[in-house]
Amino acid sequence: MAGPGNIPPSASDTGYRSLIGPLLLPTWAVIGIFMVLPVLLMAVYSFLTKEFRGGVIWDFTLAAYDQFFVTRGLFGDEPAQIEWTYINIFWRSIWQAGLATILCLLIGFPTAWFIATRPAQTRGLWLFLITIPYWVNLLIRTVSLKFLIRDNGPLNESLMAIGLIDGPLPLVNTNLAVQLGLFYSYLPFMVLPIYAAVERYNFALSEAAADLYASRWATLREIVLPVVKPGIIAGCILVFVPSLGAFLAPDLLGGAKTFMIGSLIDEQFKGSQGDWPFGAAVAMILMTLVLIVLLLYARAQTRGATR
Amino acid sequence: MSIAVDIRDAVKSYGPVTALHGVSLAIADNEFFTLLGPSGCGKTTLLRLIAGFETITSGEIRLFGQDIARLEPNHRPVNTVFQNYALFPHLTVLENVAFGLKMQGVDAATRHARAGKMLEMVHLSQFADRMPAQLSGGQQQRVALARALAPAPKVLLLDEPLSALDLKLRQAMRVELKQLQEDTGITFVFVTHDQEEALTMSDRIAVMSNGRVQQTGTARDIYEAPVNRFVADFIGETNLLQVDVDSVSEGRATLTLPGGHRITCPSASTTTGKHHLSIRPERLTISPEADLTATVDRVVYLGTDLQVIAHLEGGQPITLRLQNAARTTPPDPGQRIGLHLEEGAARLLAD
Repeated sequence: MAGPGNIPPSASDTGYRSLIGPLLLPTWAVIGIFMVLPVLLMAVYSFLTKEFRGGVIWDFTLAAYDQFFVTRGLFGDEPAQIEWTYINIFWRSIWQAGLATILCLLIGFPTAWFIATRPAQTRGLWLFLITIPYWVNLLIRTVSLKFLIRDNGPLNESLMAIGLIDGPLPLVNTNLAVQLGLFYSYLPFMVLPIYAAVERYNFALSEAAADLYASRWATLREIVLPVVKPGIIAGCILVFVPSLGAFLAPDLLGGAKTFMIGSLIDEQFKGSQGDWPFGAAVAMILMTLVLIVLLLYARAQTRGATR
Repeated sequence: MSIAVDIRDAVKSYGPVTALHGVSLAIADNEFFTLLGPSGCGKTTLLRLIAGFETITSGEIRLFGQDIARLEPNHRPVNTVFQNYALFPHLTVLENVAFGLKMQGVDAATRHARAGKMLEMVHLSQFADRMPAQLSGGQQQRVALARALAPAPKVLLLDEPLSALDLKLRQAMRVELKQLQEDTGITFVFVTHDQEEALTMSDRIAVMSNGRVQQTGTARDIYEAPVNRFVADFIGETNLLQVDVDSVSEGRATLTLPGGHRITCPSASTTTGKHHLSIRPERLTISPEADLTATVDRVVYLGTDLQVIAHLEGGQPITLRLQNAARTTPPDPGQRIGLHLEEGAARLLAD
C-alpha cells in the first residue's frame, strides 16, 4: 500500500534488513540455551521416573503429577483421593505472595508518588537511594534481616531497652518475618514501574478534576489511579510472580509452618532425598499458574484498549 | 448590572518573586472579559487564583458577592477550559463531559442526557463514545468547552484555549466562542496573549504587564485611547514620538512636535516635559497642510495597505499606512512628504 507513511524500502534498507537475522543470532542463542532449553528440560523431566539419590530414569510416566494431586493412602492401597498437602502449600504461597504485593503497593505507591513529584534534578538521587540495597546479594540481605529481627537482635533489644516490651517478640520463623522478607526484597519492583507511570502523569488532569467538583479522594479514585493503572499492574506482577516462587525469604526467615512453593521445589533437587521429576512437575504447575494470571491480565488490557 | 467577579488588591507572591502586585478588577455578569498581556504578565496567575489552583497571598476575590479566596477549587462554582484541554484520557467523550455533574452527585441518566445536549451544542454528538485521543485538536478543544459548561458554572474561565489550534480553526472558534457566550449568558473570563483574539471577542479587556493591570476598557478604548506607552505599543502598531510638552490642562496637552509645529491633543499624562506621543499609522495622511515633515525610506506593499517607512527631521522613525485604493499614488523613496495629523490621531501617553 503506497501511502504517505509508507516509504518503499530503498536498496540500502533491504541490505540492512538482511543483516538483522545474523545480528540477532547471539540473542537468540542466549535465549534459546539459557531460557527455552531449561524450561523444556524441566517439562520433559516432569514426565520421567525418579532415580533414588537424585537424577532421572528415561521412562515416561505421569507419576510426578499423580503424586502432586492424588493420594492413595500411606501404603498406596486405598481408593484415590485428592492430595491436599501440596495444594495447601500452593494456596499458602499465593496468599503470602498476594499479601506481600498488597503491602508493597501500599508503601510503594506513596513512595513512587513522592519521588515523581520531586523537582526533576533530585528525582535521580531518590531513585538511586532506592536501588542502593540491591548492590548487596539477596542472600546476605535476607540473613542480615534475620539478625535484625531475631530474639536477641537489635530490634528486640532496643524495644526492650526502652521498656516497650518485656520479652523479645518472636518474629523469626513466623509469617510476619516471611512477609517482611518478601516486602523488603521486592519493594523496588513496585516502586519503579509506578514511578514511571506517575512521572508521565499530567497534573493538569488533577486540576481539571478539582475544577469539576472532585474532592481530593475522588480525584485519586476517579482520575489518578485509572490513569496510572498500567504502572500499578506492572508493579503488582513484578512483585507477585517472584514472591510466589521465592525460597530465600521463606527458607531463612520462616519455619516449617511457612513452607512455600519455592522451598518445596528447592528441596526436590537437593541431596539424596531429592525427587527430580516431582520438583520439575511442581515447577511446571507453578509456571502454568503464573501464565494463566498473565494471560488474564493481557486479555483485560486489550479489552481496555479497544473500548 | 451585577458584578460577577470582584477582585480587590490581589497579590500573589512565590517566595521572593511577586507575580501579581495588587490587582483590582470588576467583571460584570454576562460579560466576555479578556485578560490580555505578554507571557509572564500575570494573566494566567490571576485566572488560576479565580479557579483556586493557586492561593492568594493577600487581597479578596468575590464571586457574586461571596468571598471565595480561601475555598478549594472543587467548592467554587467556576469551571475552566485548560490550555491543553486536560481531557481525562481513560474516559469517553461523553463521560468527560458528564464528569462534573457526576462529582456533584447527579444521577447517571440525568447527567448523560445533559452531557449529550452539551455535545450537541458543540456539534460533537457523533463522537460521544470515542476516547479523547481519537479526536483532532479542534474537537478536543470543543469537548473541553462542553465539559466546562456542562455543570452550568456561574463563570467560565478560559486559559488560552485557542493557542494550540491552527490559524483557520482559531478564527472559526473565535466566532463560535463569542456566540456560545451570548447564547449561554455565562460570564467568560478569557486569557490570551493574542491581541487580535482579544479585540475581536471581548466586551472588555484588561491589558496586563509585570503583574499589574495597565488599562481596562472596551477594544475601542484600548486601541484608540491607550493610557500609557506599554498599552499603545502592545495593542496594534503605533508610532511613539518623543515630544516636549508645554502645558497640560483638563486632559489635553499642548506640545511641540519634532520640526517645531505646535499642536493640542488628548493626553493621558498630567506632567509637562519630555513625553511620548502615540500616533496610529493609519491616522496619518500625506498632505500639504503639514504638521510633520518626513523623508521616505521605503514603501512596503501589504495587499490591502501600503506601508510607508520614513524618518523625521532629527532622525526619529515614523510609519504610515495608506489604503491601497485606485487613486493612491505612493510616494517614492527619498521624497520629502508633509504629514497631517487628523483630530484625535495623536495622543500623549503617561510613561
